[in-house]
Amino acid sequence: MDFGWCRTWYHSGVGDSACIPSDLSAVPTTTVPSRHSALVRITHWITSLCFLALLVSGAAIVVSHPRFYWGETGNDLTPTLFKLHIPASRHLVPTGYGYVLPDENGWSRYLHFQSAWVVVFTGLLYTIFGFLTGHFRQNLLPGGADLSWRPLSRSIAHHLRFQPSNEAEAWSYNVLQRLAYLFVIFILFPLVIWTGLAMSPAFVAAFPATVNVLGGQQSARTLHFFVALALVLFLLVHIGMVWFAGFRSRMRAMITGRAAGPRPSMYRGCT
Amino acid sequence: MHMNKVSRRRLITTGIAAVAGVSGLGAAAHIAQKYGLVPPDHGGIYGLGETLTYASERLLGRHSLAREFSRSQISKPPFPNEIEPPTDEFKRLQAGGFADWWLSVNGMVARPASFSLNQLKSYPSHTQITMLQCEEGWSYIAEWIGVPLSHVLDNVGVLPQARYVVYFSIEPDTWDSIDMADAFHPQTLLTYGMNGDELPVGHGGPLRLRLPRQLGYKNVKFITHLTVTDSLKGFGKGLGSAAPEGGYAWYAGI
Repeated sequence: MDFGWCRTWYHSGVGDSACIPSDLSAVPTTTVPSRHSALVRITHWITSLCFLALLVSGAAIVVSHPRFYWGETGNDLTPTLFKLHIPASRHLVPTGYGYVLPDENGWSRYLHFQSAWVVVFTGLLYTIFGFLTGHFRQNLLPGGADLSWRPLSRSIAHHLRFQPSNEAEAWSYNVLQRLAYLFVIFILFPLVIWTGLAMSPAFVAAFPATVNVLGGQQSARTLHFFVALALVLFLLVHIGMVWFAGFRSRMRAMITGRAAGPRPSMYRGCT
Repeated sequence: MHMNKVSRRRLITTGIAAVAGVSGLGAAAHIAQKYGLVPPDHGGIYGLGETLTYASERLLGRHSLAREFSRSQISKPPFPNEIEPPTDEFKRLQAGGFADWWLSVNGMVARPASFSLNQLKSYPSHTQITMLQCEEGWSYIAEWIGVPLSHVLDNVGVLPQARYVVYFSIEPDTWDSIDMADAFHPQTLLTYGMNGDELPVGHGGPLRLRLPRQLGYKNVKFITHLTVTDSLKGFGKGLGSAAPEGGYAWYAGI
């Protein structure tokens, strides 16, 4: 199968009319390439919204039972792996607090699963197009030379010293960014979906291996919590780095596709 | 001229795609409704997620069996959740050792009937060691003893147009419903025993509907009445159970 049309579409700037100056619009061959393709921008913001909804609703669900276990089962009568020292929204949970928070589980569960569905479809669309258009290979896969110790340690030191990014980074990702994004897309997101499904009694009835290999349903719940924490950590670092690199320019690039400054010539041809 | 051509072509393809998309969604909704893939609480802003969850679990595993565990995995002791204070009627029946506890079955059945606890216990019993999971996050494993709901339904003769079984607790405003896939599922039990003994009141004794492929709140305690129906519109607000009226989903397989 030839997916050349897909690559052509991806790099043609479809949907990026906002970055074509009006006086040039009659000459389609001179379209200014966008920093992020329309597909990347749209899926990025849908995912952001869904993640916010999943985070808020997930926190509300945890509050109804802020105790974590390992293995198949766990409840107020069994020892915990650990517990969060927060008040709960249920009377029977021994929290040490003298009050009980209101029950928010109903809408939280509705919102959690609806957002999960939307983010799964968005993620599938992004992943399929990421492979077909070469987005992963060109924009996210680190170059072989970047993965050796010298450039890698240089990049880490660069980040640790909070040195400002160079101009080329307005148009491309550095090696640590690439590794972080690949880790989130291909490790953390699949893991959080898997551990979530492994808590569903109907899903594991159909696919029991999905929970058995995790060590049980309570293990799946605990792992779901930790993967979600890892995603929150990523989000905080991500927002911090966007802030550090220039909040306005990076936001503009992800909203309109326009990046600050001219596209460096060394990056022409979609690196 | 060139741009006109391009934008006209794009307009036409976008139009065709939009029409195809909308009619595709319409056809999907029609098929989903026909094959019973749309939950009764599908209205409102969360209807999309609820329908996708219910439909996909019905398509992926209509007949799949909940995991069963070994005797050594039974939780000691099982955790009884909070229950409402018993009604006077419940206390009266409890004082009589539940000898007067009846389960009545009516609706779209050939032979409406009532069953005493002893009658239910005289049917071939089924034992399962399964997990009860609460939507809050806690869980326990227990041995559940009871009569398959399908046995009772076969006894009264369910009419072919029936689509749901509605079940009622002796507690006021406590009721729920399941589709026929769950009603005739071999692990769906009317349980009267637990861990080799009577089912304790704290766990829903003397009679609890047990359906291990759905969460705890769907496993209603103190069952006294079943109605077989082809539509849930006439029950409560028509959302399928008391749960959606309190903000919780009708389908609790996730």
